[in-house]
Amino acid sequence: MDLLSNYIIHQADNALILGHRNSEWTGHGPILEQDIAISNIALDLIGQARNFYQLAAHRINEMTPGEKITEDDLAYLRDVNEYKNFILVEQPNGDWAKTILRQFYFSSYQFLLYRELLKSQYPEIAAICEKSIKETRYHLKWSGEWVIRLGDGTEESHARMLDAQKDLDPSIAELFLPADFEFEAEASGAGILTEDLKIEWYQRVNKIFETATLPTVSSEKKAMQLLSGKKGVHSEHLGFLLAEMQFLQRAYPGNSW
Amino acid sequence: MEAKPHSENWPLWEVFIRARQGLDHKHAGSLYAADVLMAIENARDVYTRRNEGISIWVVESKNIHASNPTESGEFFDPANDKVYRHPSFYHLPDELKNI
Repeated sequence: MDLLSNYIIHQADNALILGHRNSEWTGHGPILEQDIAISNIALDLIGQARNFYQLAAHRINEMTPGEKITEDDLAYLRDVNEYKNFILVEQPNGDWAKTILRQFYFSSYQFLLYRELLKSQYPEIAAICEKSIKETRYHLKWSGEWVIRLGDGTEESHARMLDAQKDLDPSIAELFLPADFEFEAEASGAGILTEDLKIEWYQRVNKIFETATLPTVSSEKKAMQLLSGKKGVHSEHLGFLLAEMQFLQRAYPGNSW
Repeated sequence: MEAKPHSENWPLWEVFIRARQGLDHKHAGSLYAADVLMAIENARDVYTRRNEGISIWVVESKNIHASNPTESGEFFDPANDKVYRHPSFYHLPDELKNI
């Protein structure tokens, strides 16, 4: 599989895994209205993942004579170390504060990424981003308002946001570390190096944190992690997630409804 | 600590949706939300996810004042037999088509 296909699959994996995590809230949301809100976001992300998987499958089939893979093969039949999503998005839901902060971190990133990818030399990538950025802009607004509401809320909600920051902050650095497929994407004009998004990401996130009376995060902090989701080295959580998500296709290959 | 049901914490809001340009906002239902931003976003997620609207109004339910059902006799019945209040007793010129 060529590097650019991996670049597209990386975008798809991020959206699918976070979408799946959010879908775990369906039926368990803190109140009915927020249950629907988080489920809507889950559906948006899974829809974006489908678009990227379809594009990747099409590209792989064109480049490989005889190959006939589909979006479903990519989503349901790859193993943990073939997944290229960030460590951030595979983190367990925890409480509502952690789910909100994870969404806020990711949407802040995804919004900046899609905004740059609108200029991609790869027309299909630009088209997917143009369609998706409206959804992402809403996810960013929604999660940012929740960060403020919880951070500047009650003593308990503030404490829970601090815990969420402690849990998730070690996963931030990976968003801006390049993988080999990103160098290729940047060189060909299809994509960008996310390092270029870093300064603006921290500025935007910290602005919300100040309003939310939460401590700001620093880009100076060195990444302590040995893991790199982008390169297929995941935390222990992703295997369990895939076991549940892929069960049906593994147990009943080719099943559909 | 016993958790309170959200209805004791969060106010109720009435939601009005305008389906298309040129139509009125119509009452769509009600929902709970902690503040006005959340109320509008909840309304968006609950009532417009199947493309039902282009504009949303929300108002806290406590700010809506209603007529009293026990007074419906004196309120509404007197209008029953006043057919002449309908503009149906005029002869319209033939040239007028769209009335």
